[in-house]
Formats: sequence, C-alpha cells, structure tokens
Amino acid sequence: MSSASTSSMPLASTGASLCRTLSVQRLKEGLIRTGLFACAGVSILTTFGIVAVLFSNAVYDLSPASTSVNGQVQHNAAFFQQVSIREFVTETRWTPQFSEKHFGILPLVCGTLLVSGIAALIGIPIGLCSAIYLSEYSSPRIRAIIKPVLEVLAGIPTVVYGYFALVFVTPYVLRPFFHDLLGFDVSLFNAASAGIVVGVMIIPMISSLSEDVLRSVPRSLREAAYALGSTRFDVSTRVVVPAALSGIIASFLLAIARAMGETMAVTIAAGQMANVTANPFHSVATMTSYIVNVSLGDTEIGSIEEKSIYAVGLTLFLITLSMNIVSQFVLRRFREVYQ
Amino acid sequence: MSDLEVEYAGLLRQRHRIARCFEWCCLIATSSALLFLAVLLAGVIWQAWGWLDLQFLTGFDSRRPSSAGLLAGIWGTFWLILFTTIFTVPVGVGAAIYLEEYSREDWFTRLIKLNLANLAGVPSIVYGMLGVTAFVRMFGMISAADGVTMVISLGFGTLEIPLPLGRCLLAGSFTLSLLILPVVIIASQEALRAVPPSIRHASYALGATDWQTIRHQVLPAAVPGIATGIILALSRAMGETAPLIMIGALTYLAFAPGSLNSPMDAIEDPQRVLDAPFDMFTSMPIQIFNWVGQPKADFQHVAAAGILVLLILLVAFNATAIVIRNRAQKRISW
Repeated sequence: MSSASTSSMPLASTGASLCRTLSVQRLKEGLIRTGLFACAGVSILTTFGIVAVLFSNAVYDLSPASTSVNGQVQHNAAFFQQVSIREFVTETRWTPQFSEKHFGILPLVCGTLLVSGIAALIGIPIGLCSAIYLSEYSSPRIRAIIKPVLEVLAGIPTVVYGYFALVFVTPYVLRPFFHDLLGFDVSLFNAASAGIVVGVMIIPMISSLSEDVLRSVPRSLREAAYALGSTRFDVSTRVVVPAALSGIIASFLLAIARAMGETMAVTIAAGQMANVTANPFHSVATMTSYIVNVSLGDTEIGSIEEKSIYAVGLTLFLITLSMNIVSQFVLRRFREVYQ
Repeated sequence: MSDLEVEYAGLLRQRHRIARCFEWCCLIATSSALLFLAVLLAGVIWQAWGWLDLQFLTGFDSRRPSSAGLLAGIWGTFWLILFTTIFTVPVGVGAAIYLEEYSREDWFTRLIKLNLANLAGVPSIVYGMLGVTAFVRMFGMISAADGVTMVISLGFGTLEIPLPLGRCLLAGSFTLSLLILPVVIIASQEALRAVPPSIRHASYALGATDWQTIRHQVLPAAVPGIATGIILALSRAMGETAPLIMIGALTYLAFAPGSLNSPMDAIEDPQRVLDAPFDMFTSMPIQIFNWVGQPKADFQHVAAAGILVLLILLVAFNATAIVIRNRAQKRISW
C-alpha cells in the first residue's frame, strides 16, 4: 500500500507540471495564432488603404481639415470638391497642366481603350490559339519547352516592352509598312506600337489561364466526339472550347484589365497627347501614362493638378476592379461542373 | 460510286483540310509568341553590343552617353529587394499559414480570400498612389514642414529615421512589399495545401500542438514551394517601375543610397549602411526608363545595356526558382 502511495506522488507532480507547461504552451499558441491573424489582416488593411487614399483625395477630403504650411492655413479640398462630376464625365478636353484647365476624363479613357483594344486584338487570338495548341495538339515534350518560354515572356519587365515598342516596333514594323507602303501618318509615339507590345505581354496570361481550363475538360467528352468521326478541329472548337468557355472569357477579362492598368510600356511608347482619337498611329495619353507624367514633374502637393491623378486613379481602379469581379462572376456562374 | 458518296468524300476532304489549316494557325500563333521573344532578345543584344562594359557597371549616371553607368541603379535595386524580402516573407508566409492552417470557413476568411484575388488585379500604379500617401507623407499626420527625425543610437552608428518617411528607399520597399504580398500569399497557400493531411494527422497523434505541427512538419515540407513563389514575386518587384516613380525615385541620381558604392564601404563605415534605407534612390528599371526618354540617340544603346543587365539578373532569379522546384520534386515522394 505504502509503495503504491509513494509512487502516486511523483505521478501527481508530473501531472501538475504537465498542466503548467500546457498552459504556457497554450498562451504561446494563442500569441502565434494572433500574430498570424494580423499578417492575414494586412491584405484587408491594404485594400482599405487604397480605397481611403483614392476616396480622400478624389471624392471627399477626410484628412484633418487643414494643414499649416509656413504658418498659413491651407485647405486641401478633394478633386470632386473642386471639379464637378458632370464636367469630369462630359467634358472632352483634359488639360490640367495648361493655364486654361479642363477636366474631362474622356480623352484619357479613349486612349486607354484604344491601346487595350489593340492589345486585345493581338493578345486574345494568339493567346487562345496557343492555349488550344498546348492543350489539344502538342506533345508533352514540346509543351515542356513552350510553357517556360511563355513564362519568360510574362516575366520581362514592362519597361523593356516599352523600349522595344519605341526602338523596334515603330521604326522597323509600323513605319515601313503603314507609312512608306500605305501612306498613313505614323508619329514617333503612337498607340499602335504600345498596343502591340501590351498585346504580346498579355499572351502568356491568356494562354496559361485558358490552357488550364481547356485541360480540365474531361477526356470522355473528347473521346465521344472523336467516336462520332470528328476531326481535331471539330473537337477543339465545337466541344472543348464551348465546355471551357466561362474560364476562357474570364481569362480574357483579366487580361484586358491587366492591359488597361499597364503603365510603363504605354508611357514610353504612346506619348502624352490627351486627345479623343481612334487613329492608332497618333500619340495618345492613357490614364496610367498621365499619372506617371504628373508624378515625374514637379507638382505642388495639394494643387488641383496633383489631386487630378487621384481622380484618374480612382476611375482606373473602379474599371479594373469591376472587370475582375465580372470575371470571377462569369467563372462561377457559367462553369460547367463535371464529375 | 453514288453521287452521295462522292459528295460525302468531298466534304470529308474539306473537313480535313480545315482541320489542318486550324492546326497550322495554332502552331503559328504559338510560335509567333516565341518569335517575338527571340526578336526582342536579339534586338536588345544587338543594340547593347559594345556598350555593356566594366565602366557601365561601375560608373554612375552621366549626361554623356559614353560615360553613363548603372551603379546607382544596381545598388538601389539591391536595397529595395533586400528590404522588400525582409517585409514580405514573414507577413506573406504568416498570412498564408493563417488562411490554410488556422482559419475556419467563416465570412472573414471568405472576405480575405476574395480580397486577395482582387488585390492581385489592382494596377501597380494604384499601389504607388497608396505608397505616396501612406509612407511618403504618412497620411499628412506629420506635415513635411515640421517633420521630426527619430534618432536611435546603436553601438557603431546612429539610425536616423525621418518622419514622415519622405521620398526614401524604405518607402519604396514598403510599397513594393504591399504590391507583391497577394502573389506571395497565394503561392504560399498553394505550397501549404500540397502538403498531405496525413503528415499533420501523424503529428497531432503524437501530441504536438498546432504550432509544433506547422513549425516542424508542415513548413519544412512546404519550403521549396514557398521559396519558388517568393523568388518569382521578387523578380516581378525587381522590374517594377511605375509605383517607384510615384514614390519619387529619382530618374537621374549620381550616387548610391547611403553613398555605399562597394561592399568594402560597409565594413569601413557602418554608418553608411544605416543611412542607406532613408536616402534618395533610383533603381535599374527607372534608369532604363530615363535613358529611353533621352533625345540623344546613343542613349538607346545605354538603355539596351541596362536592359541586358536587368534581364540577366531576372534569368538568374528564375533559374534559381526552377532549380529549387525541380530538386524538391525529386526529393519529396509521398
């Protein structure tokens, strides 16, 4: 009996110490969990920060009512507190840097649409065709070569694309063909060269996203189509592509949103003339290139010119965000589900 | 043969012809992308030929094309990427661990996941606007006119932190970190998801806590995937130009951050290392952008030489990522 009671003593004490370490352990676990949660919260804070910055500078000033500069009280009114939304939407001139200021977003939106339209014309057919080729035609060996090369294309900095557009595409492709042969007036900075390189830039994005959805179409559908005597063309265009259509369209939308937000290539190659034009050989300003050009110059903090970039940024943000949301919606709503 | 059979044979031939045409179209489309890459690389090398020399790598920028150099940009990019790594890795991996290992499927987790998908699609220039307001001006809480300097004395030098940060290197790094954070989180999540649940179950069965399981079992198994994702994200940050221009990186700068021109300087004068994060800066893509915009024709060659250096560095980064990925695939077999 006595031996049993003595042996139970150390057991009880280890039990107690086990409890203690567990509670320290639990505290540590809780702290780590909280820390990791805070890390995850950074992404929410980022979104909140972006929205707050754009809103505060463009729509309604949220910062402390006034700041003093050299003892003088200065009021920082937001862009839309100084310019009416009506002017912003309906006016057709954008001249914040001139003495006679007009604030119509139309020329910048036009420029952005022109460049991303050309990019879509180049990028979408080539991207989709190479996705079909990679998923339906190519052997695994060729795929293993082509995919990394496309990844390299996606990894090239945009400033390099801009250089290529300005130094190669305009003088060696556009000028000889459209200027010398067809008689168009091709200016040094033009929307076409920017659009072409942005189009190449979005090819990898379209082809890799589309290829993923094409490959996820079950084999049985293809085999059924072949059994009915279809050629590869029939299988690709009448069975596989329609089955994967939602994913393909989502990839198009994402790519066009990317093209609209593309900055450096456009700033370098498209020039900075804000005008409403559909002529791809003219110089245009896009929303992004305007923002960069204002940042490069010496603009006074709090001036209307400085505030205008936030209004442009907000417009760009809303357009790209809505395209992203629509693409997610398309992906979820129209997805064919296979077992 | 009956008329019907003749007609059918004709149709069949036509269908096969269309199929062949389509295959050719797809092949041409795919190779045109490859051709573009080849032309781009060949063009850059052709333009840079003879301009990429030791003087270019060790000299500062100049108004004369023949003596312009990339040193300020190389150091600027080095510091930017260093600090971006320091900020991004813990936060990005931590967020991924929380989302994959801890979080329940509640509204908050769904919100974060939706938010990440959308943040990844926000144009980089918008991050630049966030960076200017949040880091350079610190939301105007401290006006630039009566800015303060926090002085922290360390043994070998003093750390002088200006508030607001102003147009300094650290503000650029913070901005780049926010920019690549969604990419890092999504890549890390995928790496963590690829670790089979049986490993976690085995660890729990032996009495390990959540964190012990993650720290000793899940993370080591996921490290190659996470590292690949981080390196690819950093290589994206390296080529990023627009947000840094917004932050106020200078296009023309004839000194390196902290006047730290060689690793020897860091040993001789440690104070320079402490000054570097708060100094003005430029980076390789920004110098390239500046040269592309110069009217003198010879600057095109200088720009090409800069592009070549940048591309070589990016290829080195990507090759590292591929090597890590391939090694991990060989080693792990579950």
